[in-house]
Amino acid sequence: MSGRVVLITGVSRYLGGRLAALLQADPTVDRVIGVDVVPPRQDVGRTEFVRADIRNPIIAKVIASAQVDTVVHMSVIATPFGAGGRTAMKEINVIGTMQLLAACQKAPSLQKLVVRSTTSVYGSSSRDPALFTEGMEPRAQFRSGYGKDSTEVEGYVRGLGRRRPDVDVTLLRFANFIGPRIDTPLTRYFSLPVVPRMFGFDPRIQFIHEDDGVEVLRRSVIEDHRGTYNVAGDGVLLVSQAIRRAGRPAVQVPPPAVSLVSSVFRRAGLVDFSPEQIQFLEFGRGVDTTRLKQDFGYAPAYSTRDAFDDFVRGRNLRRYIDPDRVAGLERSVLESIDRRRTVHA
Amino acid sequence: MPEARVIPLDGSSAPARREARRTERCAAVEATGQQCSAKAVADGLCGTHLAERERAEAVAAAPEWERKLAGALAFVRRRVTGDYPVDDFGFDPDLTDSVVMTALRPLYEKYFRVETRGLENIPETGGALVVANHSGTVPIDAMMTQLAIFDHHPAHRHLRLLGADLVFKTPLVAPMARKTGSTLACNEDAERLLTSGELAGVWPEGFKGIGKPFSERYKLQRFGRGGFVSAALRAGVPIIPCSIVGAEEIYPIVGNVKVLARVLGFPYVPVTPFFPLLGPLGLLPLPSKWIIEFGEPIATDEIGPNAADDPMLVFNLTDQVREVIQQTLYKLLLQRRSVFF
Repeated sequence: MSGRVVLITGVSRYLGGRLAALLQADPTVDRVIGVDVVPPRQDVGRTEFVRADIRNPIIAKVIASAQVDTVVHMSVIATPFGAGGRTAMKEINVIGTMQLLAACQKAPSLQKLVVRSTTSVYGSSSRDPALFTEGMEPRAQFRSGYGKDSTEVEGYVRGLGRRRPDVDVTLLRFANFIGPRIDTPLTRYFSLPVVPRMFGFDPRIQFIHEDDGVEVLRRSVIEDHRGTYNVAGDGVLLVSQAIRRAGRPAVQVPPPAVSLVSSVFRRAGLVDFSPEQIQFLEFGRGVDTTRLKQDFGYAPAYSTRDAFDDFVRGRNLRRYIDPDRVAGLERSVLESIDRRRTVHA
Repeated sequence: MPEARVIPLDGSSAPARREARRTERCAAVEATGQQCSAKAVADGLCGTHLAERERAEAVAAAPEWERKLAGALAFVRRRVTGDYPVDDFGFDPDLTDSVVMTALRPLYEKYFRVETRGLENIPETGGALVVANHSGTVPIDAMMTQLAIFDHHPAHRHLRLLGADLVFKTPLVAPMARKTGSTLACNEDAERLLTSGELAGVWPEGFKGIGKPFSERYKLQRFGRGGFVSAALRAGVPIIPCSIVGAEEIYPIVGNVKVLARVLGFPYVPVTPFFPLLGPLGLLPLPSKWIIEFGEPIATDEIGPNAADDPMLVFNLTDQVREVIQQTLYKLLLQRRSVFF
């Protein structure tokens, strides 16, 4: 087989762009075709850009004419923020995926499908096990949002896997992305000058560093890893702990005020707190990444904690509560006591 | 801008140190075993770890109260800056050891005067499952067992409690439970704890045990569905029966406001001789004398993990554990002179 032809949906967004840059530098990849509704912001090098919606039949033509053998689907969006409402978001996510997969099924050249999914498919509730493995079902059903869209997307992807057993399907469930450059609801949340959090709850959260995420995506394109994988940095952070590490003050919002506060933030365009997001800030979530480490032979370089610290450093977030100042204060208190003691003695 | 005059203490020249400062990362290794990621300020250490080292050096010379103050300040600094390890289950040993255990200790030593027996039955290392009887309206018995093992077992092990999902749904209680090492009582979590070599504790009677009326004290209720036995079988760890005497008398339940319980979504709303009659004063537990006895471990490793799928064997093993605890309870009750002494 000569070089591979890879098609990436959602290439104009941060992760898509970085993956395209990595793949075009890879000698085993012949062509990289990027698809998105808006042109990419940064230079995409030798990536060929096709401006199209994945719901458009043009995609099928692109796949057929370019003899695409690998499709990387990463245009499922997490928030209705940029999409123009929840209805449009669902349309893009679910209907878009259906159309894309329909085109994939018809393409004889296709050998591999890599889909970016999320650990949101496990939901988040008080009855959750500490860590979800890939085989577990969510304990609570969600009514709408990213988690539900992703669950439906995964269902269609599995359907394609059944109908085209010759296609290697890799489903990657990513924890929340974080890092110096990526923009997500959580990076915005932790950048707030005063961070509101749920009264009486302190959930565990996991992060995947943007570099690690892109590397896992690259490996699933270049290497063969059929199946579903959780992708997250090692360990967990508690929300309160993360806020402290970011050096920000936190305010606990009591349950009756939560919907008010969240709608204020949403309207101000600061952070999108969807009902799903609020549940996440109540119960959190953790996933087991043993399968990823075993099959990929790759462990994320950044632990959850390191990824978060890298985000704080890389964004140059001003730590209002500066650890060095706190340490200095501690030192000066003890020194003054020391001095007093020496004088008395 | 003129630089402040620095008197070098270690003999190295100021430019050399400045050079080191620019390039080096902190050389300290954190409690989690990870390399510190902060930039070095001086001596190859970051501000935080520099303070820590200086503290350690000063500690040797300082008097007792000052050492305690230094420890307390270091603790506050770690809390304020978020610099403490938390495991996958949300367990925060720093908070548990320094605050929670310290707060429970007077209750254990002075109030209930807990006498702990059979600690040698708990292994020094490796997974094991402690199974105990539940009582007392509020799960103080679980906390006391946790402290008994932490303070008096030679390896000072943390008992990781398996709690009902109501615990993880309740505001304030939920985060505290996770931080002190509890996790949800489900097979996945129990197995994960046990196979990773932790000491887990389960109170299989659940709300049936803790909320039973005073007239049924020391009569064991149904032991759940035997889920704890299958978890121990799969992990191949011993089951350690634990019998607790004294907890039944702290809040004697004489009635249950079922209507209110249903409205509030609680499993029961207890009425004791003093609550709600005396108001908040009625919340004070009675100072009964406690005995916690750990029995001989029941080995499961030779039965094999496949036995977890054999319901008959699981039922039998569950009954065996229950019977051991019940008999020990009767024995301890006979030995006890009175409820309060």
